[in-house]
Amino acid sequence: MTTTPGHPHAQSSVRAHGSPPDGISRRRFIGFVVAGATLTVAAEVGGAAPASAAVPSAPQVPELYDLGDLQTHSALPTSQLITITVDDHGLAHFAIPRMEVGQGITTAAAMIIADELSMRVEDVRVTLAPARPELVFNQLTGGSNTMQSMFTPIRVAAAVARGALLEAAATALGATVASLVAKGGVVTAPDGGTRTYAELSGAAASSTTTAVDVELTATSSFDVIGTPRSRIDALDAVTGRKRFTMDLDVPDALPTMVCRPPTLNGSPRSVDNLAAVRALPGVTDVVVVDTGVAVRAETFGQCIDAVRALRVTWDGGPVEGESDDSVLRRLKAAELPMTVPKVPLLAQTVDLRFEFMFRSSAALEPNCAIADVRDDRATVWAGLKAPIVAQRNIAKALGLPIARVAVNVVTGGGSFGHKLFGDAAIEAAKISRAMGKPVKLMWHRADEPRQGRTHPMATSRIRATLLAGEVLTFEQRHTSIKTDFSHGLGERLTAMASELPAGLGNLGLAESIFTLTQELPYDFGVVTQLLGEVDMGFNTGSMRNIYSPDVACANELFIDQLAKKLRKDPLAFRLAFLRNERVKACLRKVAEVGQWGRSMPSGTAQGIAIHSEYKGATAVLVEIDCRPETVNRQVRDAVTGPRVTKAVIAIDAGLVVNPRGLEAQMMGGVSDGIALALTSSNHLQDGHFLEASWDNYFYTRQWNVPLTFECIVMPSDAELPGGAGEAGVAASVAATACAYARATGTVPTRFPVNHGTVSFTPKTFVPPVPPSPTDGLAHTY
Amino acid sequence: MAQHTFRVNGESVTVDVADDVRLLWVLRDVLGITGPKYGCGINVCKACTSHLNGKAFNPCSVQVKDVGPDDEITTIEGLPDTVGADLHPMQEAWLQRDVAQCGYCQPGQIMAAVALVRKVRAEGRAITDDDLDGIRNVCRCGTYTRIREAIRDGAERM
Repeated sequence: MTTTPGHPHAQSSVRAHGSPPDGISRRRFIGFVVAGATLTVAAEVGGAAPASAAVPSAPQVPELYDLGDLQTHSALPTSQLITITVDDHGLAHFAIPRMEVGQGITTAAAMIIADELSMRVEDVRVTLAPARPELVFNQLTGGSNTMQSMFTPIRVAAAVARGALLEAAATALGATVASLVAKGGVVTAPDGGTRTYAELSGAAASSTTTAVDVELTATSSFDVIGTPRSRIDALDAVTGRKRFTMDLDVPDALPTMVCRPPTLNGSPRSVDNLAAVRALPGVTDVVVVDTGVAVRAETFGQCIDAVRALRVTWDGGPVEGESDDSVLRRLKAAELPMTVPKVPLLAQTVDLRFEFMFRSSAALEPNCAIADVRDDRATVWAGLKAPIVAQRNIAKALGLPIARVAVNVVTGGGSFGHKLFGDAAIEAAKISRAMGKPVKLMWHRADEPRQGRTHPMATSRIRATLLAGEVLTFEQRHTSIKTDFSHGLGERLTAMASELPAGLGNLGLAESIFTLTQELPYDFGVVTQLLGEVDMGFNTGSMRNIYSPDVACANELFIDQLAKKLRKDPLAFRLAFLRNERVKACLRKVAEVGQWGRSMPSGTAQGIAIHSEYKGATAVLVEIDCRPETVNRQVRDAVTGPRVTKAVIAIDAGLVVNPRGLEAQMMGGVSDGIALALTSSNHLQDGHFLEASWDNYFYTRQWNVPLTFECIVMPSDAELPGGAGEAGVAASVAATACAYARATGTVPTRFPVNHGTVSFTPKTFVPPVPPSPTDGLAHTY
Repeated sequence: MAQHTFRVNGESVTVDVADDVRLLWVLRDVLGITGPKYGCGINVCKACTSHLNGKAFNPCSVQVKDVGPDDEITTIEGLPDTVGADLHPMQEAWLQRDVAQCGYCQPGQIMAAVALVRKVRAEGRAITDDDLDGIRNVCRCGTYTRIREAIRDGAERM
């Protein structure tokens, strides 16, 4: 990738994203051909869309950059841009400033580039950019925002490349640009002469950086975008060649784990047997850090043994002695009062309150990072959705300048919000510094539900008034344990802003995010939805769809009760009160495909629900079986319970880049929704979470998967994509809850519905991780 | 330390490692074979599922001293060679259905699927929903439906 100094005036006068100035075609943008020996082109990522009034203002420049950075970057007017390079093999390269965690953004980006550049998707190489602090707000993967924010910038860059290649081809082939046809990476002239992109790359390169005016192809002429494509990393995934952080071979970065406290966020006071543990087989180092006692060994197995052998005296953490019930009491006490507007005396009132337990957002790949910290520099490899924030925090922890900390972003084994934070990367850096050696840090699975980030416990109280078949008021008070947003959220709500003093504390930010994400698309008269927060020191974060799975679940269950009160069918009621046509279209579609209202045996039922977010709409219909023979079906060491037997989801995600990828995200969203409604939660008891592995934390497993799943991608004439990664969750939780209520005749008020039963024996807290089994040969098949 | 000899993906290997180190770490940390993944270390998530003498097993729960020179371990990396092709039919089915999302669990899912199909075939019957319900491999991305479709497809190709 080549970037060199260019025209200082270029960046201040152009916008490669967002609304173009008046008088310019909606598809005209400006990008750059960047100086270099091979063709490199650039466009501005994200753009500086004006922040809304509710959003904190942007941080001051010195907090992000010092003068030295400013001088460096002022010499590089294109350094804040994203670039695409076409090399002399005809391959297009793009380092996306986002993180691939399974949501399919690298595939979508390759498709966009291939479409605009008239080349094969297979010839596009998309990698993950390392932390690029000059991108400021434009390197955060979250809020299902990647396609929304990157679609046009990627197209602009690709269009600049296409233009440069065509101009070079025109010269080489003696034809006009307008007469050339590009297809499959080959440019053909009217006389049949051809040149490949590989041949043209050098000639298309420029010795100076030049601003170029480009016109994007019309959306109607897409031939890759909108077609179902398999993932570009699918072959690597099925052959085991796909490399995750722990698969990287960094010299001398030996396996490292941490012996963690028995209570949440406790800290080590003293270690009784440091020397003995240092002498264990394979162990090279044992050091005390703020989060526990770190051990480094030849193998992770020996780390586990060493962690179990450590005798540590701990200080309790901030929630020592707390349990589910005590936290629920704190939430109840913090619930904001209803402010019922004056309603006629004859109005009926419906008032319900729902509780949502803590849930672990851990992915299957546990928290992990590789760190190589030297006296004057550090290099880190990790799955990071907010690498700029991680880089800053690592630099701060090590006392190094940001420029001396290289942060490489590695494709993640899932995220679900978990990798928004650099917890493992920061911890690995501290341990590497303390040991004076490179480390490959892995959290034990047991560490994840017990010490890792959780979706906070929350309550949602809703009160509505009804009169003469109309809903006059709808008030919702959502009260949650504080959600940590210090990773930043999207381009507009930044990590730096959330940490700014002068009243821009986390509460204000959280309320802003709540307000910006919650949409109740019904005509319910006077609607108020407010968020209240309680900070007790839990490790929290946004888990796939932040507030919406809980809020939508509460809303849609409540709406079924309103319908019942008015003696209306749940579908008919929704269609009567919805004011969003896209939501209605999705709802009608799932009702039709899922045969809403069909006759079903007692103990089974359908549920239907909607959600509107991410510039899109979803509706879900599920059928659930709550009959005793199903609920009590036996699977070894498994939580079975009610089974969702069928799920139908319709999504309007605006312009769809890859329908196959979108369907995959909906499948995952439904899987999450079923778990959130029925089975997955953390139990807080006496200051610690009981769960320690997948045999305690009941994410959806094969025995709870719907036997029938169908996803309908709704047609859309939108010019831009909406969100996908999180979009399927909220309506899925809600539909499952609604179906459960209809099948059992009881409206559940605590989620997941099986939370009241602790169906496992908790593993030990001291030692904090279970022993590695030795009986694997007894379980072959 | 002790020397241990066994076969991995068609080759005999000898490693110098303590008797009780679990095979997952011998594969990953000593031999650099990273297809089998860590997801729990207690034989629950099944992300490390590989084959021992053709049967599915979980190397996180087997000590290196418990395998010998005649034992053949097959990881996802060695699966295609078992059928003498670039890809095993089950891997092709996985590609056909575009099953993987993040991909972390998928090597284990595929190894489990192949073993399940072989087992059911040995019993002289076709795969049922109950068989699929009994697969214990966790997929936190929730690709389960495509996994079920791919296993049925892969079984036909095998």
